[in-house]
Amino acid sequence: MKAKGTVFKYGDNVDTDVIIPARYLNTSDPKELAKYCMEDIDANFVEKVKDGDIMVAGKNFGCGSSREHAPISIKVAGISCVIASTFARIFYRNAINIGLPILECDEAVQNIDAGDSVEINFNEGIIYNQTKGQSYKAEPFPEFIQEIMKADGLVKYTSNKIKAGE
Amino acid sequence: MGMTMTQKILAKHAGLDSVKAGQLIKVQLDLVLGNDITTPVAVKEFAKIGVDKVFDKDKVAIVPDHFTPNKDIKAAEQCKYIREFAHDKDITNYFEIGEMGIEHALIPEKGLVVPGDVVIGADSHTCTYGALGAFSTGIGSTDMAVGMATGETWLKVPTALKFVLTGKPSKWVSGKDVILHIIGMIGVDGALYKSMEFVGEGLKNLSMDDRLSMANMAIEAGGKNGIFLVDEKTIEYVKANSKKEYTIYQPDEDAEYEKVYEIDLSKIRPTVSFPHLPDNTRTIDQVGDIKIDQVVIGSCTNGRLEDLRVAAQILNGKKVAKGIRTIIFPATQKIYLQAMKEGLLEIFVNAGAVVSTPTCGPCLGGHMGILAKGERAVATTNRNFVGRMGHVESEVYLASPAVAATSALTGKISNPEKLEEIVCSQTASQAK
Repeated sequence: MKAKGTVFKYGDNVDTDVIIPARYLNTSDPKELAKYCMEDIDANFVEKVKDGDIMVAGKNFGCGSSREHAPISIKVAGISCVIASTFARIFYRNAINIGLPILECDEAVQNIDAGDSVEINFNEGIIYNQTKGQSYKAEPFPEFIQEIMKADGLVKYTSNKIKAGE
Repeated sequence: MGMTMTQKILAKHAGLDSVKAGQLIKVQLDLVLGNDITTPVAVKEFAKIGVDKVFDKDKVAIVPDHFTPNKDIKAAEQCKYIREFAHDKDITNYFEIGEMGIEHALIPEKGLVVPGDVVIGADSHTCTYGALGAFSTGIGSTDMAVGMATGETWLKVPTALKFVLTGKPSKWVSGKDVILHIIGMIGVDGALYKSMEFVGEGLKNLSMDDRLSMANMAIEAGGKNGIFLVDEKTIEYVKANSKKEYTIYQPDEDAEYEKVYEIDLSKIRPTVSFPHLPDNTRTIDQVGDIKIDQVVIGSCTNGRLEDLRVAAQILNGKKVAKGIRTIIFPATQKIYLQAMKEGLLEIFVNAGAVVSTPTCGPCLGGHMGILAKGERAVATTNRNFVGRMGHVESEVYLASPAVAATSALTGKISNPEKLEEIVCSQTASQAK
């Protein structure tokens, strides 16, 4: 599995309130949520983002509320992967559970700038920065989490297990 | 190697003799919780799993508290959707307007969580129940859906930070000040993926309302959970509210902690978190001259009876400063009724404040107290992120009910220790 796109870069502690403000949480329609993604931190994000683009941010990305609407809005807005130094734990779970690819890699965060063109090889955990000609290696996920990701999220993983009688 | 309190509870619920930090385990759940924002997504996901029923209709709780009483048509549709799900699945613990409250005040009050339980909730402040010596943590809607279907969830066993509390807080210092102080000290990711365990002889000087307010904000330090040792106060609270059987877990003497912090409660000052992160704390002595437009007293952090009593003590017989919108939210119907019986609501109304039905509304910028561009609020809530309570250029200052109520009297962030001076100067200026 691969991803390739242009980078949107943010700082530390990007919270779920700026990713998708609560005033838009009176719906759970993914397309509707995606219209307002990042509105309170980057007002023109939705106009600028193209399918496959990549989000890069500092530490504690997705802190705050448990709203799954946050990773949903990022995914449906077209982002193919979020790379951060660290993720807040509920966001981390939610991203894996809904099938939004995420990678933890501080080295990539330190070196990638907004607008860089980046390619990701998920199987090997390699992040290649085409603009700068650099490669970074992300932390591999535990095997169990990789299984959830391979099943395209926790619901399919669980329903497969139930069907198999486990 | 010994285990922390959290590790012991998780081991028991995973059917294991012991667990260690970093281990991925599957645990049995005692309660799965959701609200009117997170449950609609969970219901959609639940339908895809391929089961007809929830794992145990008594162990799921659904509380429409965020945009209720319904703030608009879309919110009403979301509430209708989860109401129908609760009815269809025969969920015992669905709480409608009239019997509901803010979920994290309501669930302990209803006795649905007791010491030793494992609880997940599709709301980040589910960590509140750690005050009762339970493991409880926030998760998202998909985890809620799978939890409702299977009665299980996967967790990574966390490492822990230990907070040894000593001493007694001074008169106007509450659990809220203690937790803001701690978050200021360790940062908004200081406890990321970790447990925060609260122990020490100082615990006896913290009421259950103090502890609930502290455990509630473990998430604001990035914590997986916050948990308190069970003592006489916990048992008294649990016996008064619940008929469920409970189990008390103590950390092993040789349990491993990443770090141990000694906190002398007597040295903690009233504390305020400045915009736009909860760790941006200052003591009340350092705040300077911050004029405000609105005061909010309530929420899952500080909408309990003691919070209202403190606010009433300060506002009794006085008037809020001209133009300061002061909005007070008792967190549950039971708290509301008790506040009424004690005359607190009358004090608030006479002081020029308004009293609302229980709702999360203003805390997350949902409804019932949204801020305009450039406006500032002092709030007893838990987050002061950019745009949290309204316009992206508005500001939220987090504080205790005592600081918030005192600030309502002056129109700027004020120290409750100086209440007498404030009252004297107001009386003098009125006499002129």
